[in-house]
Amino acid sequence: MRVIPFFSWLILTVAIIIGLDKQWGSIPSIGKFLSPQHGFWQNADPYDKDFGGDLKFPQLLDSVNVYTDERMVPHVFATNDHDAYFIQGYVHAKFRLWQMEFEVYAAGGRISELIGEKAVNFDREKRRLGMVYAAEKSVAEMEKDPVTKNEADAYTAGVNAYIDNLKESELPIEYKLLSYKPEHWTNLKTALFLKYMSLDLAGHENDFEYTNVRNFLGISTFEKMYPYGQDSLDPIVPEGTEFPPPGMNVKFPSNVDSVYFMKTDSSEAILENKPDRENGSNNWAVSGKKTRSGKPILCNDPHLGLNLPSLWFEMQIHTPKFNAYGASFPAAPGIVIGFNDSCAFGFTNAERDVRDYYEIRFRDSTMKEYLFNGKWIETSFRYDTIKVKGGSDFIDTVAYTLFGPVMYDRKFTGNRTAGTKYYAVRWKAHDASNELKTFYLLDHAKNYDDYYAAIQNLHTPGQNCIFASKMGDIAIWDQGEFPAKWRRQGDFIMPGLDSSYAWQGTIPQQENPHLVNPDRGYVSSANQFPADPKKYPYYLGGYFPPYRGLIINKVLSNMVNITIDSMERLQTNNFNEFAAMAVPLILRNLDPDSLDANERDYLDTLKKWNFFNDANEAGATVFVLTWESFENVVWSDELGKCKGPTTFPESSTLLESILKDSTFEFLDNINTPKKETLRDDILAAFRKSTVSLKSLDIEKKLSWEKFKDTRISHLARLAPFSSMHLNVGGGLNCINAATADHGPSWRMIVELTDTTNAFGIYPGGQSGNPGSRYYDDFVDDWSKGKYYKLWVMNKSDFNDFKVKYKMSFGK
Amino acid sequence: MKFLIALLLTALLSFVGGLWLPWWEIAGASFIVSVIIPQNSRKCFFAGFVGIFLEWGILSWWIDFKNNSILSQKIAQILPLGGSSYLLIFTTAIIGGIVGGLSALAASYLRPASK
Repeated sequence: MRVIPFFSWLILTVAIIIGLDKQWGSIPSIGKFLSPQHGFWQNADPYDKDFGGDLKFPQLLDSVNVYTDERMVPHVFATNDHDAYFIQGYVHAKFRLWQMEFEVYAAGGRISELIGEKAVNFDREKRRLGMVYAAEKSVAEMEKDPVTKNEADAYTAGVNAYIDNLKESELPIEYKLLSYKPEHWTNLKTALFLKYMSLDLAGHENDFEYTNVRNFLGISTFEKMYPYGQDSLDPIVPEGTEFPPPGMNVKFPSNVDSVYFMKTDSSEAILENKPDRENGSNNWAVSGKKTRSGKPILCNDPHLGLNLPSLWFEMQIHTPKFNAYGASFPAAPGIVIGFNDSCAFGFTNAERDVRDYYEIRFRDSTMKEYLFNGKWIETSFRYDTIKVKGGSDFIDTVAYTLFGPVMYDRKFTGNRTAGTKYYAVRWKAHDASNELKTFYLLDHAKNYDDYYAAIQNLHTPGQNCIFASKMGDIAIWDQGEFPAKWRRQGDFIMPGLDSSYAWQGTIPQQENPHLVNPDRGYVSSANQFPADPKKYPYYLGGYFPPYRGLIINKVLSNMVNITIDSMERLQTNNFNEFAAMAVPLILRNLDPDSLDANERDYLDTLKKWNFFNDANEAGATVFVLTWESFENVVWSDELGKCKGPTTFPESSTLLESILKDSTFEFLDNINTPKKETLRDDILAAFRKSTVSLKSLDIEKKLSWEKFKDTRISHLARLAPFSSMHLNVGGGLNCINAATADHGPSWRMIVELTDTTNAFGIYPGGQSGNPGSRYYDDFVDDWSKGKYYKLWVMNKSDFNDFKVKYKMSFGK
Repeated sequence: MKFLIALLLTALLSFVGGLWLPWWEIAGASFIVSVIIPQNSRKCFFAGFVGIFLEWGILSWWIDFKNNSILSQKIAQILPLGGSSYLLIFTTAIIGGIVGGLSALAASYLRPASK
């Protein structure tokens, strides 16, 4: 043996192996990652991969067969509900495990465990909002009910059956890239996922921004800039409908003027991360008298953040008790938006503000006692340990008051330079409820009464629940457990010194706006006001975009002989109702003679535009930039006087105000001695926008699709795992609400003929594996506005040519 | 001949080992082959290097072929290798080859120098 060369080479070899095996910061172990038998190559599914097989699980009561079709949609045939939910958990995990867990990590504030220090503030915000606290309450409620407990337990066991049989080499690629492993699933994780949806859909408010505007500009200016209600409104329950007197009387606090409306002290400017406020949707159902088949048709397209892997997973579940098909949430049991043998159901967001802030007075900075109703009350504390990759644990102490958790204090300032005040958050999602039961009962529903019973369980997030049945009924309920508020309650930060500003109760469920089998032959919602604010007896605070609802109702009221085809065309319609109202006003007030030749070219483009946000239209780009610049011209001077974050008034407010009154007071720039008019502002806005238009023109990005640049990003924002630069029209205020990273996340059309005739598509693919051909195979067809026929498989179809693979599960 | 046998045995042994053992079993495989098939150090190195280079290269090429390069194109953007599947396969093979070659080279010095 030659000692010196042996040890020298040995040490070098070992050093290289250690170097290749170690994780360097965010870089995974290179050796392991590249190894064809261990690393990412194992995630490169063969193009003709066989998804069939025989598996045994002692947890099953009976055998279950899963047939997957050409689009990799599983059709689960079980002899009992327990087994069906077990298999659903297994199948969700098989196709989407990483996404399920990642979303739950995000919901519960655990991203620091994966990416380290930089996510600590994100995680603290989730913890301080009480996401885990809310999920714990929700899981207790879910487990109190034997039906949902069995359902959730079976689902959880199914997910874990998959995890326990997973070889390390088969881990989804994101685990390999981020170097971690899946944990066991629990019912709490299902509840956390549902809270993730609640945050997305019922977590939006502008309390700090509005308070700031009120403080600096005063309540009367505020009321003009952010009025309650809209002129151009076609609510879910038609205008003119009378409502019975309210069952619940809401009283203003006695000192509301001095302590709330007229208050001008310095609130502190908190900058919050917010869910996308366009989280909305369209749904409608038409009765048989308006369709060619004589049977109802139900349509739904939920607008949510567009990601890969998709939020949705398509499947069919068949048991002796129910047969449901539609979009499910990987991470929760049941079909969420879909249909069964008797009826179809779907949702749009109710948009109600159910998240308010209270200013708390603590005795001292230890926060151990706070003043409430004249007494010092003891605070309870929750200690949240946030594990940080590559660092030591971060322990956050969160004070809980009678209102809820103190989200912002001296230790978590919300981007304030120095936070000296304490704000507790009262969020409806903190209240115990069992939303899982809603989906369970809808999947099993046979008729309107079953649907009505199902939606009683939906408390938060409030949704416009749409329904149509083969018996011919159509219905919509603006459903949720909504706090009954006095006018403007919770639009500003409220004093938390006593109970007088607390929510006084809940709107009685039967008083929620609804419409059942109306004479007009259709029901619809598109996140507009559920009822006329002048008539409805409760305050409807929130964000209610009017335009999609207007166009949908206009079209539906004129339609007869409706078919699947005409519904497809409506769902993918790019008409911009807002632009159709705004452009004529712009043109009327813009004198071509005051523009140079170049600017006039863009004006011509705008003039020629047909108000369709079609992919190749440059007119849409000109309009959007002009309007944006117009809003800046009008509002920047007033809002510039407010220190700290503010938010622009709604576009509908500005448009409606100037349509009514061309001398609208805010048109004047208060920073100049001159008194600007509408014409001045529009000219200034148009000129400004042409600067951007010109540079877009040079980059050849003037067409609407290039300018908008719709993309579907991977959840961990890995660009190569994303679908970029999609050729997609539509956008804000269009029925086809596809913006840059947000839009129709599942388009579904169901005709309730004896044999259900259903179509649908979502921008993604059934597999969550970026190495699979099924990862994003629906995206192109979705972009083109195509649909797939949804195949409701029967027991007689087991040998149908559409069945590609069969998975058999036995005891 | 001996060289070819050593090379193929390295590839075979590391493939079988890879079914159960962690990725660095390739170093063990080439080490063992280098001990049981005596050659000079240079030949030992190349037998180990080429053996693992071929094993990792052919395996990843085959997987990539069956996958229509769906994943390799994406990973070759993350790494970053300009989105080239071939460059990624080559990188994979080279990394494996270096580990295998060096391990075999070290093992060759277990024997006294032969003439």
